[in-house]
Amino acid sequence: MEASSLSAIWLTLKLASLVTVLLLLVGTPIAWWLSRTSSRWKGAVGAVVALPLVLPPTVIGFYLLLFMGPHGPVGKITQALGWGVLPFSFTGLVVASVFYSLPFVVQPIQNAFEAVGERPLEVAASLRASPWDAFFSIALPLARPGFVTAAILGFAHTVGEFGVVLMIGGNIPGKTQVLSVQIYDYVEAMEYGQAHILAAGMVIFSFLVLLALYGRRAYKGWSR
Amino acid sequence: MIEATFQLLYPDFNLDVDLRLPEKGVTALFGRSGSGKTTLLRCVAGLNRAAKGRLVVAGEIWQDEAQGIFLPTHKRPLGLVFQEASLFPHLSVRKNLEYGMKRSGNKAGEGFDASITLLGIRPLLDRAPESLSGGERQRVAIARALLTRPRLLLMDEPLAALDLKRKLEILPYLEKLREELDIPVLYVSHAPDEVARLADHLVLLENGQVVASGPLMATLARADLPPAFADDAGIVLEARVAAHETDGLTRLEFPGGHLYVSRRDKPLGSRLRCRIHASDVSLARSAHGDSSILNTLPATVQTIVATETPGHVLAQLALPDGTLLLARITERSRVALGIAPGLAVVAQVKSVALLA
Repeated sequence: MEASSLSAIWLTLKLASLVTVLLLLVGTPIAWWLSRTSSRWKGAVGAVVALPLVLPPTVIGFYLLLFMGPHGPVGKITQALGWGVLPFSFTGLVVASVFYSLPFVVQPIQNAFEAVGERPLEVAASLRASPWDAFFSIALPLARPGFVTAAILGFAHTVGEFGVVLMIGGNIPGKTQVLSVQIYDYVEAMEYGQAHILAAGMVIFSFLVLLALYGRRAYKGWSR
Repeated sequence: MIEATFQLLYPDFNLDVDLRLPEKGVTALFGRSGSGKTTLLRCVAGLNRAAKGRLVVAGEIWQDEAQGIFLPTHKRPLGLVFQEASLFPHLSVRKNLEYGMKRSGNKAGEGFDASITLLGIRPLLDRAPESLSGGERQRVAIARALLTRPRLLLMDEPLAALDLKRKLEILPYLEKLREELDIPVLYVSHAPDEVARLADHLVLLENGQVVASGPLMATLARADLPPAFADDAGIVLEARVAAHETDGLTRLEFPGGHLYVSRRDKPLGSRLRCRIHASDVSLARSAHGDSSILNTLPATVQTIVATETPGHVLAQLALPDGTLLLARITERSRVALGIAPGLAVVAQVKSVALLA
């Protein structure tokens, strides 16, 4: 395997791990709110979160590029803070991936919170648990299977992204050149042998991830 | 004294109650489904917030919207037992019990042994909730609530989700609880037998309003309750086991007379609650010896009211000592026998339901 392949694999794993952690941190409050609110904004927020499910990745990448670019609103802020601009950097890739994989994390957690329901939290309150206490001691443990599903889906989906990466990150070896882009490069350069190693690896990896997910579900059911 | 005033407006339902409840004993909140009894309980628990509400328990203000006071549920020293088993499935029975103990400052486990003995759950401590029967789970849930050392215990139809066998298994524990607890209990139920057996005080609810509130026995004997309650009418009296007779009958005595019931293995002198359904009482003008009905009590007719069942009326009778009975008879018999307030009659009791 070539050094550039190894570096792409390492970069991909680093990106997916970091994005998964960030998604769990960002997605949990959103999922909690969506699962319990009766606000009229629930539908709109849910729809925005789900957008990446239906939009072509290039569309998301295009707008993120504009927003985070030197003349975009986010870009102006990051420049003012002395961080430079995010596109074509690893950080930019992380931010874009968080948006792109958000629904894959929010929805399983939201479903799990909804399955837990109101009752256990009311019981916890009657046993003197404050809302925060009840969230950590009751809601989180009961929704744990949803978090496992969310982490697996978020990680796998980030590993598999291509269009957004190309739009926002380009193809900078060691910086933004992730697996899927590397495979594209090998194919363009007619290096089918190298492409095979990575592509077949992806197939096996994806199969194992889905096996873990569906095998678990078949064994324990969706949310418990 | 518990002072509870709530006004809660929903699009399709209004709760409007103003109650003074005793500080000891079991108060049953009784009514049909949709009468507002569970909503009332949730307001007391702080799970629903009435826009206009005031709740004072043992001198402490838990809610007074006029002063902007509203204690959230977790700051109210109450115990809550729901209809369905509500144990935390990811914790063992012991951890479930400890969950509330820790958070209510009962780290030393005061009352732990007494509670698990009272509810008979010692052998279950290291089991997982999912391995328990419905009745066992409910007993654990009650113990868990008691171990927070509440000032008020709230029970929302704790037996409704159980089958008859489980109900009969858990009722004796609830009776023991009634005898041993020195905190007030609010007990929501739509089962007359449960109420008759457990309650000391009765609140009848209909369409979110209180239609009657008073001591159990006096309230059940009222004939002026809305017709909705008349079809299930019946009085409760407390009697003493006076004698076990040789022919298989037990004689019970109460201030207004005596009743024979089939043999009960209860020691002489022990007290029993009995329920006499209005539909099990018929009336005669005189005591004649040619009836197979054994239990006959001389009484005076007090009032007669119509019921929801066509052709039937409800008569309230007073025994010589003032004990009240209810009898459900047909309007035709009432006319034929000339039964009217003030008339001396003989109440023939066809059956007596023993409640313990």
